[in-house]
Amino acid sequence: MNIAIVKYNAGNVCSITNALNRLGIEPVITDNAEYLSTADKIIFPGVGEASSAMQYLKAHHLDNLIRDLKQPLLGICLGMQLLCRFSEENNTDCLGIFDLNVKKFSSPLKIPQIGWNSIDNLSSELFKGIENDEYVYFVHSYYAEIGKNTIATTDYGITYSSALHKNNFYATQFHPEKSGIVGAKIIENFINL
Amino acid sequence: MLTKRIIPCLDVKDGKTVKGINFENIKDVGDPVELGKFYAEVGADELVFLDITATHEKRKTLSSLVKKIAKNINIPFTVGGGISSVEDVSLLLQCGADKISINSAAVRNPQLITELANRFGSQCIVLAIDTKFYEGDWYVYLNGGQIKTDIKAYDWAKEATSRGAGEILLTSMNNDGTKQGFAIDITRKISENVSIPVIASGGAGTMEHFSEVFIQGKADAALAASIFHYKEIGIPQLKRFLLQHNIPIRI
Repeated sequence: MNIAIVKYNAGNVCSITNALNRLGIEPVITDNAEYLSTADKIIFPGVGEASSAMQYLKAHHLDNLIRDLKQPLLGICLGMQLLCRFSEENNTDCLGIFDLNVKKFSSPLKIPQIGWNSIDNLSSELFKGIENDEYVYFVHSYYAEIGKNTIATTDYGITYSSALHKNNFYATQFHPEKSGIVGAKIIENFINL
Repeated sequence: MLTKRIIPCLDVKDGKTVKGINFENIKDVGDPVELGKFYAEVGADELVFLDITATHEKRKTLSSLVKKIAKNINIPFTVGGGISSVEDVSLLLQCGADKISINSAAVRNPQLITELANRFGSQCIVLAIDTKFYEGDWYVYLNGGQIKTDIKAYDWAKEATSRGAGEILLTSMNNDGTKQGFAIDITRKISENVSIPVIASGGAGTMEHFSEVFIQGKADAALAASIFHYKEIGIPQLKRFLLQHNIPIRI
């Protein structure tokens, strides 16, 4: 199976590569349009800031490429936020796969949210074999609202979307690659879609 | 609900774990990867690897060790010890560290925090503060607690936060090694007045000490070394205890 990780300026590819390796998969890290279009599965990671990430994607024509992909894609963390319509982080227009806004957590909460929080209202094959209230690892200051594409929710002051799904696009706000055996199972589920 | 984190700290010297005895099912307790894996499996929420090597070869040893840890451990980990430049941080993050901690170098050059946060994001920058109570206030100490500064820990925590640190790892030198409990007052004062998470460190001796530092000390996470390495408290046992005391904990 060909698994491609989208290479761009906000990709934290090391952890996700290691997580895939632990499942016996050797991913290809690439921004090559042909390879990305023909890979069996795509992972769209992301650590960093939304506007500079979007600028880079546009400059390298990866924005339209990602929108047009037909195979299963998994966005992680900033990758998930970039798949939404708009982010308050430097008022950034994002890819618009999910018709949702990304907002900043408001004080008095500690920002960023760092640590293990539970995922509820699980409703996707991405979570096959995973119970409601399992814990996964989050690091983020911005969150996606709840909408019809929400497949998991988490509470941090407000209830927000901790995972999304629409057609071939899947996304998690948490880091499955850093979430112990629960996270490994989610990645395995994605690979087996 | 976001849970409180329990973080074992592993001291590493020349690529080997210092401390740590008598773990069944671990072939080599001196191997940071094996020990780290063990802690991850029994429920540690994160790990901190503190490099205490003093040789010039340390970067090479440390970066190859970080690569091995990253390949084998599926929970977040922080690497600290003698990190003083953007290049140091870049290398360790490329090798797979999730976060790095900086200490003395940031006190000597506060701009380092700003540079690191801008370049790599606040989420991976942990500011470690070693503090000691001296004549009525908590001061920042350097070089593992050997050199006193005139900077107050509270002021430094505020400044580091505004410069973009993502978390504060607060170690009380008065409490460290005593097993008499964490420094509740300064932990609480800082945690209630900064917008970023605070990891309390130094003084853990009993399970009650952890519940105190979470409830009274308002800490977001607690770090300990000896009590875990010498098996005085097991992580599963500690987590069950905290849960029974209504502290949000990941089991």
